[in-house]
Amino acid sequence: MSPAPAAREAAAEPPAEPGRPDAAGHRPVKERSAVPRVPGRTPVRLGPLSAVWRPRTVLVPCAIALALCAAVVLNTGRGDFPLSPGDVLQALLGTADGVAELVVWELRLPRSVVGALVGASLGLAGAILQGIARNPLASPDILGITAGAGVGAVSVIVFAGANGAAGGLVGDVGIPTAAVTGGLAAALLVYVLAVRQGISGYRVLLVGVGVNAALTSVLSWLLVKADIVDAGRALIWLNGSLNGTNWDIAAPAAWALTLLLPAALLLSLQFGALAFDEDTARGLGVRMTGARAALLLTAVLLTAVATAATGPIAFVALACPQLALRLLRTGHPPLFASALLGAAVTVWADFLGRTLISGVELPVGIFTAALGAPYLLYLLVRSGKARTS
Amino acid sequence: MVPVKEIVIEALSAPPRTGKRRQVAVRRAHRRWTGLLILVATLLLALLASVAFGSKSLTPGEVWNALGNPGGTAEADVIVHALRLPRTVLALVAGVALGVAGALMQGHTRNPIADPVILGLSAGAGMWVVGAVFLLGVTDLYGYVWFAFLGAAMAALLVHFVGSLTRGGATPVTLALAGAASHALFTAITAGMVIFDRQALDTYRFWTVGAVNGRPLEFTAQLLPFIVLGLLLAAYNAPGLNALSLGEDVARTLGVRVGATRTVGMAAITLLTGAAVAACGPIGFVGLVATHIARHFTGPDYRWVLAYAGLLGGTLVLVADVLGRVVARPGELQVGIMLALIGAPVFIQLVRRRKPVRL
Repeated sequence: MSPAPAAREAAAEPPAEPGRPDAAGHRPVKERSAVPRVPGRTPVRLGPLSAVWRPRTVLVPCAIALALCAAVVLNTGRGDFPLSPGDVLQALLGTADGVAELVVWELRLPRSVVGALVGASLGLAGAILQGIARNPLASPDILGITAGAGVGAVSVIVFAGANGAAGGLVGDVGIPTAAVTGGLAAALLVYVLAVRQGISGYRVLLVGVGVNAALTSVLSWLLVKADIVDAGRALIWLNGSLNGTNWDIAAPAAWALTLLLPAALLLSLQFGALAFDEDTARGLGVRMTGARAALLLTAVLLTAVATAATGPIAFVALACPQLALRLLRTGHPPLFASALLGAAVTVWADFLGRTLISGVELPVGIFTAALGAPYLLYLLVRSGKARTS
Repeated sequence: MVPVKEIVIEALSAPPRTGKRRQVAVRRAHRRWTGLLILVATLLLALLASVAFGSKSLTPGEVWNALGNPGGTAEADVIVHALRLPRTVLALVAGVALGVAGALMQGHTRNPIADPVILGLSAGAGMWVVGAVFLLGVTDLYGYVWFAFLGAAMAALLVHFVGSLTRGGATPVTLALAGAASHALFTAITAGMVIFDRQALDTYRFWTVGAVNGRPLEFTAQLLPFIVLGLLLAAYNAPGLNALSLGEDVARTLGVRVGATRTVGMAAITLLTGAAVAACGPIGFVGLVATHIARHFTGPDYRWVLAYAGLLGGTLVLVADVLGRVVARPGELQVGIMLALIGAPVFIQLVRRRKPVRL
């Protein structure tokens, strides 16, 4: 399972951090130099930027990236024409024969790439939202963005299905467009309703929950009204599926991630301040409204594009930031590691969903939750009450 | 030794007030009692409306006659006793249970978006319902109601177990995250079963919207003891919850047994949500909306929040049920759907108008 090596590593590292304040709250002072230093924490300074060097923040993402690569290779080898990991690597490097190369590049790889892109987008969006709202339950699923995309897509499935005539065409072209439109409309609604002399992360969250409830009930209504066959199709879409992916589906998700990941990382320099309450952050000189609006927009776009590509993949956006936070032991959800972890979890979930029960391909959204939930529960038990966000 | 409860009450109440401050305090107490009376009156009106309105509307006179005449054979008597009364009683009981459970859940997780339905209980119930249909071939309501109850109880136990395994006991964040994780897990397993079996899908999609019709009175009576016990536990839990909302450390210094208080709270949530979800399916959002409206009027004291949330929950479910019957005549819209459609705008308006309260 993908995050397991990272966990073992976490357990192996000695937990002692001499820079931590002791029980009485005093920091041990050993030396005084021109630049104030915390013993045991090496600062890394580059112009106006400054960070603490902690091996964990580099090693854990590396381990996750390795797990992601392994998953992509295994997932690409799996199918009606099985390929060994060695064959897959050769095909990826361009040294395999024609058939293997065609199978890998044209048929199999898009599936893993779309999975990784969508997982990364959702992980990133979740980390952004949890950071802004300062609430571990915040995620695009709870804010109504996913439900909006769901209402868009399911109404296409249900109404086109009942009329029959437009079925094929609408099924191919209409669903992603309807999903993006629905997701963005829901986000716009949340924003318009929540903005009031600036954006409070808290109010966005509560308004989002309200909008989500209304949209979910519309979704249930559509499912009840629908013909049972359409309801089944809608349910498969609603669980997120990587079946039938190709490079055309991967392209928008790839563009969104290449543009928005750097943007999010850049904006996240103020992230640490956003974790304080409104007044403190403003006192630190952060333009709260602007920073929050930009980050929110990033999260919304990432979610909408990802959902349009595969349907809503459950739980990645909620769990991955929390998992990354506990693996890296940071104060707020780490953006880059959450994105990587989202990608790794999604591709592993797809691989397991296709492998565990022979002859049946379970939608990837089922396995992301089946993988992520027990692991999150385990981490909760292990890491105790130290984490508060 | 002075009883814990008194210490807590003393710690929570302000120093003796005199003059103008005392007047303000007295006025606030008056306002809470008046609010409670208004809520009870609204609830009674909603009950009357629920018996009177439907695909055939009855006049208050007919309702009155029918109520005093249980064995009657007139059309109005049959409608009232066979159809309207059972669903009214069920809507009331389930609404009160979900409202109180929502307030408890928000208090214990200290999370303003916590709701028994978001936090895994209804998903656990749903998983067992689908499991009963898929694996055992159960098809009727009486068959799977106990499975739903069992599922909700199991989910609550899992959440609480994870909380208690954690170093230092269950904290708000652990409870909230454990709930969300188990919700995702159970939903995934449910979806996995439903994809294989069309019969299970058909049962599940109607169960999951939530409905109060088609359940006879005896059915509600079977679940009533659980709900009464849950309400008693909730009432017992309220002072401890007040102390806990000051923070666990403060609560412990005040002499509150944090672990025991959490356990009692979780037990109450389990009984209330389990019974309500077993009877009507997962009616989401009641607990959330009722608690927020209640807190809007009462302030942070959970003894009042719980009472208000219960009454508001009952009223909300009744009103949603009545409106669901009226808007789609002669058919009807399920209460779960209607509730979110009317509850969401009210909730959003409330959130917009008010400076947010941190829990």
